[in-house]
Amino acid sequence: MTENLLIQFAIIILFLPLLGFVVTLFLGSKVKKIFLFENFVLILAFILSVIMVFAKLNYYPQENIVSEFHWISLNNVPLFGTLNIDLGILVDNISVLMIFVVTLISMLVHIFSIAYMHGDKRYNRYFAYLGIFTFSMTGIVFTHDILMMYIFWELVGLSSYLLIGFWFEKKSASDAGKKAFIVNRIGDIGMFSGILILFSTYHTFTFDKIFTQISLGVLPFNSEFWLTVTGILIFCGAIGKSAQFPLHVWLPDAMEGPTPVSALIHAATMVAAGVYLVVRVFPILTGGALEFIAIIGALSAFIPATIALTQNDIKKVLAYSTVSQLGYMVMALGVGAYKFAFFHLVTHAFFKAALFLGSGSVIHAMHHEQDIRNMGGLRKKLPLTYATFLISTIAISGVPLTSGFLSKDGILAGTFAFGSLTGQWFFAFVGFFVALLTAFYMFRLVILTFHGEPRNKEKFDHAKESPFVMVMPLVVLAALSIFIWYTPNPFNPEQGAFLSKWIKAPTIVVPQNARYSFMKNDVIKPAEQVQTAKPKTEAEITFSESYTEAMHHAHIPAMLLSLTLAGLGILLAFSFYQWKKLDPDKLANSIKPLYKLSYNKWYFDEIYQATFVAFTLGLSNVLYWIDTYIIDGIVNGSATVTKQFSKFSGTFDNIVVDGLVNLMATISGFIGLMFRRLQTGKVQTYIVVVVFSLVIILFLFKSF
Amino acid sequence: MTQIGLNHFLFVSVVLFCLGIFGIITRKNAVMVLMGIELILNSANINFIAFAKYGNFGYQGQMMALFVIILAAAEAAIALAIVLNIYKTFSTVNVDEIDTLKD
Amino acid sequence: MTIYDIIFYLFAAITVVSAFFVVTTRNIVYSAYYLLFTFFGVAGIYVLLGADFIAVVQLVVYVGGILILLLFGVMLTNRITNVQIKTGTIKIVPAAVGVALFAGILSAALLKTNWKTINTEVPISTAHTLGLLLMQQYAVVFELLGILLLIALIGAASMARK
Repeated sequence: MTENLLIQFAIIILFLPLLGFVVTLFLGSKVKKIFLFENFVLILAFILSVIMVFAKLNYYPQENIVSEFHWISLNNVPLFGTLNIDLGILVDNISVLMIFVVTLISMLVHIFSIAYMHGDKRYNRYFAYLGIFTFSMTGIVFTHDILMMYIFWELVGLSSYLLIGFWFEKKSASDAGKKAFIVNRIGDIGMFSGILILFSTYHTFTFDKIFTQISLGVLPFNSEFWLTVTGILIFCGAIGKSAQFPLHVWLPDAMEGPTPVSALIHAATMVAAGVYLVVRVFPILTGGALEFIAIIGALSAFIPATIALTQNDIKKVLAYSTVSQLGYMVMALGVGAYKFAFFHLVTHAFFKAALFLGSGSVIHAMHHEQDIRNMGGLRKKLPLTYATFLISTIAISGVPLTSGFLSKDGILAGTFAFGSLTGQWFFAFVGFFVALLTAFYMFRLVILTFHGEPRNKEKFDHAKESPFVMVMPLVVLAALSIFIWYTPNPFNPEQGAFLSKWIKAPTIVVPQNARYSFMKNDVIKPAEQVQTAKPKTEAEITFSESYTEAMHHAHIPAMLLSLTLAGLGILLAFSFYQWKKLDPDKLANSIKPLYKLSYNKWYFDEIYQATFVAFTLGLSNVLYWIDTYIIDGIVNGSATVTKQFSKFSGTFDNIVVDGLVNLMATISGFIGLMFRRLQTGKVQTYIVVVVFSLVIILFLFKSF
Repeated sequence: MTQIGLNHFLFVSVVLFCLGIFGIITRKNAVMVLMGIELILNSANINFIAFAKYGNFGYQGQMMALFVIILAAAEAAIALAIVLNIYKTFSTVNVDEIDTLKD
Repeated sequence: MTIYDIIFYLFAAITVVSAFFVVTTRNIVYSAYYLLFTFFGVAGIYVLLGADFIAVVQLVVYVGGILILLLFGVMLTNRITNVQIKTGTIKIVPAAVGVALFAGILSAALLKTNWKTINTEVPISTAHTLGLLLMQQYAVVFELLGILLLIALIGAASMARK
């Protein structure tokens, strides 16, 4: 398998879903079974991506395979010099792993949807939308430049909008679609500004070229501060897309879309695109930007976790859990635990997709009942769903022997190490506290849904296990939540090929004094760095010995602490909801303000409504007023002036010009009247006149 | 009384001419107008032939007179046809009543 | 007072008097007959001027052709049964004044003009010479006149038929 073949595979994987989208969309209304084509395309893409992953990791474990072309060639632009805009495909370990995740989950969601969406009136169009989403997500993953990433970024936003508002007859669904779209735009403005800064500084969009130039010391506006700003601006895109604080409000509302969509887009892939973006631009992030990212991540991990404690909608709980877990990843990136952030991205994609699809199965069985207070005891009716849901819950709670334990433990260790190196223990504290909360609310969800006695007898009686096409994806995803795929040792993820061989932390390219202190002694000489901008060998790994060392030291205490907290959380959940030893209502009453705060989602929507939305509306009103009274006034005033002038001109025309014309006409008419008498029409009269004229002429010219 | 010369013939011609014009002017009937025209043509012919005799023109005067007679014949035929048409159109041949040109 | 002079005055009188009656007689048929005399007088004058062929043509064409045509015109355009063949006159006074003035001027002009005259010899018969001229010098005109007459004939016929 040559590199060229890999690129061709990537292109095929990229365009297969687009083909599926086009075919399904245009034949959707004619051919009832066209959705099978879309499924077939996705299965094909998945098989290709499996081949690709194996080929890439086995034969080219270290190379970054790039294929690019000039999209726009602007030769010799004034002020810029020679300017070419390249688009291209980058196949490296991260992108092939990511594409594996995307195609796998997308394929499973496609298959799941066959049963879940059965009977929907826009059945084929739904699959077409899934197709264009997969296409855009693949584009994000494979891009080698930030412009193409931005293009697909917006495409992803579009398909997300289409799918959230898929049941647009419901007002809440169409509102949620709009909310998601608009909130995402806010983040994208920041990302776009960041891209513009990068492009105006480096005249290229390609990641590698930007990294090389930064490592050579070229900075935006020649200042490290602006490099930090650029990093934060680009991260703004991730804030929007990954639903980070303070733009996380759209994600819970996005649960109005079909549940498989929530699994695919709003849990596993699209929201992970923000994390993927940060992973891609990681080398240019300065210490300040990383600190900002870590704070945002910590807030995003903590706030939604507290909200999830009290929510009653099964999908809302999972949505807040997703925001919280994404916050984990972002925080991990912020504190430098790059490998574990990506690791958590992958593991989280699997078990969160399993949770969402499991909730989809439950909702399907309960005939679109989403409130967990009406569930309970479902484990007898839905044994397979229960089993997979439970495995995924264990994974997300960070219990050993699961993938979630490995990745989450790594992140916690990273924050711990960060704390020990810099003295900032805040992130570690948040991380561990959120781990406790996560375990608690996830098990609360499981217990309320599957354990105990059925609270809605009628619906419970009708519930039955979902068909094969829905259960099969659950089983696959639950299986992928087991540790064995990632590492042979369930307590040390570093032993697995995934972390030790496949993912390497990239070389930081920002200037030395703009980094975290513990990353400084890393790259030895700038001169060497020029030649080896890409991370290739073990010796050039960015992270300093001290960080690796600290990670190593942090590993055991962090693991023990997180285990304890997870166990505590699970224990609390059971004692509250299973054994009824403690009464949640009594507790809620005793801390009423906190409970209300959590139940009302920290009043974010209300705050935004009162501030940004109200401000925008007020501004619109002011602008409307200006339009109505000032602009229109000017226009009307000029119209009036023109009208008056026209009136005057009309009067002048009527009296003076027309008067002159009429005068001439009257004079001509008068003369005509006089001469008219000569024209009798009688030939003989004319002859008389001629004779007299002749006489007169002869007299006049008489020569005799 | 001098000897008969050019002036005598020309005088006859003048009288004929003036009578022709008088006839054209005064008579109502279109046929009478035609007769006046014939008189004028005859006066012209007299002039031609008189000058042919008393001038140094050879036979050209006589040739012209001949042509004038031929033209008069053609003119008479055409004019009569026109008069007939006028009669059909207006039911009269009185020229003073035919004044639609005025309108 | 030679015989030539007497004949001239005779013919001149016939011509002028009959012409006067042509234009003054109320009856249109009478006018036509007076016109006959006028043509005769003119023919006599032609003879006096040595144009015998023209005189003959005058008689043949005018008297034999045109006059008959005019009479036909009179007949066709007046209702014979009503005997409405009398015709009025108009503008007698201005016409008489104008024409008299005109005649006076023309007469004055021709009397005051100093005509340079030569008295050419009168040949016995002009027919031979005129025939030669028509066939030689005026051949084209002659042919054109023939065509003109044809056109006039056809045109008159088609107009009258409508």
